[in-house]
Amino acid sequence: MVATTEALTLKSKTPRRKRRELIPWMFVAPCIMVILLVTVFPTVYSLGLSLTKWEIGLQERPFIGLGNYIELFSTARFWHSLLITLLVVVVGVSIEFLLGFGLAQTLSSQMKGKRVIVAALLLPVMVMPVVVGYTWRLLWDAQYGPINQIIGWIIGQPFTYTWLAKTETALLAILVTEIWQWTPFMFLVLLSGLAVLDPEIFEAAEIDGASGWAKLWYMTLPLMRPIIIVALLIRGLDALKFFDIIFTLTGGGPGNSTETLSFYIYQMGYQFFRLGYGAAASFVLLVFLAVFLTYLLKAFKSAVGS
Amino acid sequence: MGLRTRKFLASSARYAVALLALAFFLFPIVWIMLTAFKTPSEFLKSPPVWIPQTPSLVYFEHVIQTGGLKALGNTLIISTSTTLLALLIGSLAAYALARYRVGGDNLPFFILSQRFMPPVAVIFPFLLFFKALRWMDTHQALILIYLTFNLPYAVWMMRGFFMEIPREIEESALVDGCSPLGAFWRIALPLVSPGLVATGVFCFIFSWAEFFFAIAITKSQAVTLSVYIVNFFGKMMVQWGEIGATSIVSMVPLFILSFLVQRYLVRGLTLGAVK
Repeated sequence: MVATTEALTLKSKTPRRKRRELIPWMFVAPCIMVILLVTVFPTVYSLGLSLTKWEIGLQERPFIGLGNYIELFSTARFWHSLLITLLVVVVGVSIEFLLGFGLAQTLSSQMKGKRVIVAALLLPVMVMPVVVGYTWRLLWDAQYGPINQIIGWIIGQPFTYTWLAKTETALLAILVTEIWQWTPFMFLVLLSGLAVLDPEIFEAAEIDGASGWAKLWYMTLPLMRPIIIVALLIRGLDALKFFDIIFTLTGGGPGNSTETLSFYIYQMGYQFFRLGYGAAASFVLLVFLAVFLTYLLKAFKSAVGS
Repeated sequence: MGLRTRKFLASSARYAVALLALAFFLFPIVWIMLTAFKTPSEFLKSPPVWIPQTPSLVYFEHVIQTGGLKALGNTLIISTSTTLLALLIGSLAAYALARYRVGGDNLPFFILSQRFMPPVAVIFPFLLFFKALRWMDTHQALILIYLTFNLPYAVWMMRGFFMEIPREIEESALVDGCSPLGAFWRIALPLVSPGLVATGVFCFIFSWAEFFFAIAITKSQAVTLSVYIVNFFGKMMVQWGEIGATSIVSMVPLFILSFLVQRYLVRGLTLGAVK
């Protein structure tokens, strides 16, 4: 009996069967090759670049070990750009979450015209970030912008504050712009999370006399936890690359005071052609990204399952 | 207070919040759209004029005359090509990942992680390759480089859609002598066609709005709308009318597309984590 099963398994490993097992790998092969070509290979190459002195006008591109990294870590402008990036990620995304959650809670119950309201609230997500930057540049404009005009109406006299010319208010403007574009994303995701919660457990809690805050704190938030984590991480990962809005809203200014890491690296590469140095800075960004990503993949594994 | 009055107050408060939110989130869009129809004496007036008094299409004409159509064409060609490539290569791989569990759990998650690669981390090598290949400022350069985010996205999304359809139909087809490729192409792919369309629309939207790679790679021949619009922001003078007109041209197609995939918006924007 044992011999027969062995014979059968042996028989099933015919060349034809082997070819069948290879077929799925052939399906994946083109994709893996393209991914190796467009992401893995450039990243490895960039790591090599970051260890060389690659600058315009240089005949040779000598290997300088960690030289670029040492220079990077002793450059105030780099640290500043990292700080601004983290400011957008932490402060911007937190406010997006709070506003989005509040809106989702408010609009989660049945109301007339809800579909239209939700669809309209989502439009900012669908505007090119470059356009968003220019639009808000015009809105904040000291003379021609409606923001100063409206403030003027409220205080009863002409108001011509130059928001984008001062570091603090330029940062505020960047945060407002980022929040404007991405709060709708948080809102939409959290709204769909609230929609699948079971209303019966809330009714039961109400009968037991739970207050609104208690329901929010002990029921809604814990139940929504997986969705909240995924939404925060996806937004955070995206905000780490923050570039387009800086380019068109402030151009990194005044001075270099609103530069994000991506903007700084772009400047190093395109204004100064310091590719080795820029590549080194991009690896610092990758480290932060990897940390976020580890958590995101974990969240995905528990949220989607596999 | 009676229950009725309380309910009425609560619902009025909800509408008030909705109205406030609509005003905040729509005002900037309306403002840049209106700017396209104002005269310079209206948008360069302090304080500004809100409603254009003599609306005209002069800025749209100007955008057409100064290469706007070419930028629109480039954007369409590049976005469509990279989307089709990502769908073709991506759904084939996604099918193998979902059905045959190629590479177990690690391969799909590795591919997903590539979706988050920051553009600055890969741009310098690409810059050197494209210079060597003489591919700078060409369509194919952007089509290829946009696969860095579109292909991982397409694989991950399509894997999710394939996993949702029952495998029995394909299995009986395989028993009847259908090849695995045939089972994918003739049976599985038609079953996930709504997901395929939604994934494609999202790839198209991401490519359409992309800016970093576009400004790094293109100069004049292959500029997309996002790079084209930057030309109107001069150091000396800002052509707000043209910026407004180009903004409208860039926004409206995406608005329409987002309505078409409304059912998949949450899923598409959260990479399938929330359905």
